[in-house]
Amino acid sequence: MTEPVLMKGNEAIAEAAILAGCRHYLGYPITPQTEIAAYMAKRMPKVDGVFLQAESEIAAINMVIGVASTGRRVMTSSSSPGVSLKSEGISYLAGCDLPALIVNVQRGGPGLGGIQPSQSDYFQALKGGSHGDYRNIVLAPASVQEMAALTVKGFDLADKYRMVAMILADGTLGQMMEPVSISEPEAASTEKPWALTGTDCKRAPNIVNSLYLEPDALERTNIERFKKYALVEENEVMYEEYLMDDAELCLVSFGITSRIAKNAIVAAREMGIKAGMIRPITLWPFPKTALLAAADQCRAFISVELNMGQMIEDVELAIRCKKPVFLCNRTGGMIPTPEDVLAKIKEVNKIGGAQA
Amino acid sequence: MRFETMNHKRVTLFAGHYGSGKTNIAVNFALRLREGGSRVTLADLDIVNPYFRTKDSEAELTQAGVKLIVSRFAGSNVDLPAIPSDVAGIFDNRESLAILDIGGDDRGALALGRYRERILEENDFEMLLVVNRFRPLTRDGKDTLSVMREIETAAGVPFTAIVNNSNLGEDTTPEHVLGSLSYAEELSKATGLPVKFTSIKRSLYPALEGKIPNLFAMDLQHKII
Repeated sequence: MTEPVLMKGNEAIAEAAILAGCRHYLGYPITPQTEIAAYMAKRMPKVDGVFLQAESEIAAINMVIGVASTGRRVMTSSSSPGVSLKSEGISYLAGCDLPALIVNVQRGGPGLGGIQPSQSDYFQALKGGSHGDYRNIVLAPASVQEMAALTVKGFDLADKYRMVAMILADGTLGQMMEPVSISEPEAASTEKPWALTGTDCKRAPNIVNSLYLEPDALERTNIERFKKYALVEENEVMYEEYLMDDAELCLVSFGITSRIAKNAIVAAREMGIKAGMIRPITLWPFPKTALLAAADQCRAFISVELNMGQMIEDVELAIRCKKPVFLCNRTGGMIPTPEDVLAKIKEVNKIGGAQA
Repeated sequence: MRFETMNHKRVTLFAGHYGSGKTNIAVNFALRLREGGSRVTLADLDIVNPYFRTKDSEAELTQAGVKLIVSRFAGSNVDLPAIPSDVAGIFDNRESLAILDIGGDDRGALALGRYRERILEENDFEMLLVVNRFRPLTRDGKDTLSVMREIETAAGVPFTAIVNNSNLGEDTTPEHVLGSLSYAEELSKATGLPVKFTSIKRSLYPALEGKIPNLFAMDLQHKII
């Protein structure tokens, strides 16, 4: 499918997953990501894959654990409240060192919240969300094309590090239609000698498990796992710099809000305000080094988010509070206009750095 | 043929694959009929998708004098497959032209079953299949045909014509539209249904005028991003 087609972000995720070799989709419908399930229901039977609508999100994530144990590429998708239901299973995947792709097309919360877009599951995706010492690789697409590309990337990273990769999108990205070209990715050939594929009486049985009877064994496992996480932080950071060469104000924004921020930055530059942006593409690992370097160059930072201010804490940590960080946000399903962001840029431009 | 001289039926229904462009066309179609001086009612029968609804164009439609019937939950956080009770009035008050925007795929078309008998009994309707060959699940005649049959089975109302709405959104070029004509033609041959019109965004009209019969220029619904 190299000729461009017009796709919803949700559909692009589903098609990209199939092209990446995923033949097991297990999920439960919830707005605004239901198109992923609907698309899989139509496509999977045509590629000899499995589409299964489980009886609940909890059932679906436990089926994901089962498929992942066999080394097959597997995914599930949901939206905010549904991801909360999956959280126990996500911890089990981490504890078993299993690769899987989990998609969260976020909606407004907390609670049942609403069905309009949000980024208020940032903490959930990055700061645990479930129990135990663990990390997820978290990818934040900002276009329909990236919804597809990061789905493929997510499967590859999940396999490479035996981790959960999460696509953290939002209702707008899931629903919006854009032209997209999806081609078959190069076959990733991650060997999975740990997978439960049957021994054929030729090797000792593999065991996938997250229960440790001795505390020191669990400690050793956790410490080993964090060495793997350190490798991910060293090698897999992805971000985009936008007009940062001479920037004095640095906007930090991911996903759909980064597109609004870009429009505002263009408008600000027309007024002579040197604004730029660092857009994290991986939220974990977070682009700490790039941000810290920007702190030496810029007077102030503005975190643009669809929540009450969650990523802003990581920005402050990354720059070691060297410069002030301001928040530009809407929440509950509302989206800022480029004018809203521009107004914040102008405000910060007046006072920025004075409080440093 | 110009839009004004096309033979418009009392009831025009837009159905088709999810995301094929039904709502945009229905809104523009209603406005154009209204410009011609007719009384026009636009009814939103989408029970599938809580987003991208006729309600997004409510101000424009109301200002133009088009009566809009849409669930008061459309565009809100209430994700309910609701149809307002006054849709039934469309089939009682035959003095107004009626445009019906049907939800996507067979799931969306199920909503039509409830009005099927009224539509068939009055027998003054055009049931239009909206197609876009750039949508991933309707890229060729065969796949589009199977979507079409599913919708007809769910709706209980037969299609009478095709609307070619092939586009790549903002990136659409005249070549994309011209390249889609053979697809629409193939579909027309396979179904025996005529292509009623080819819909395009207004900016493409000068480049395509005279090259395609029955061109329908549209203004697209407002986009935030």
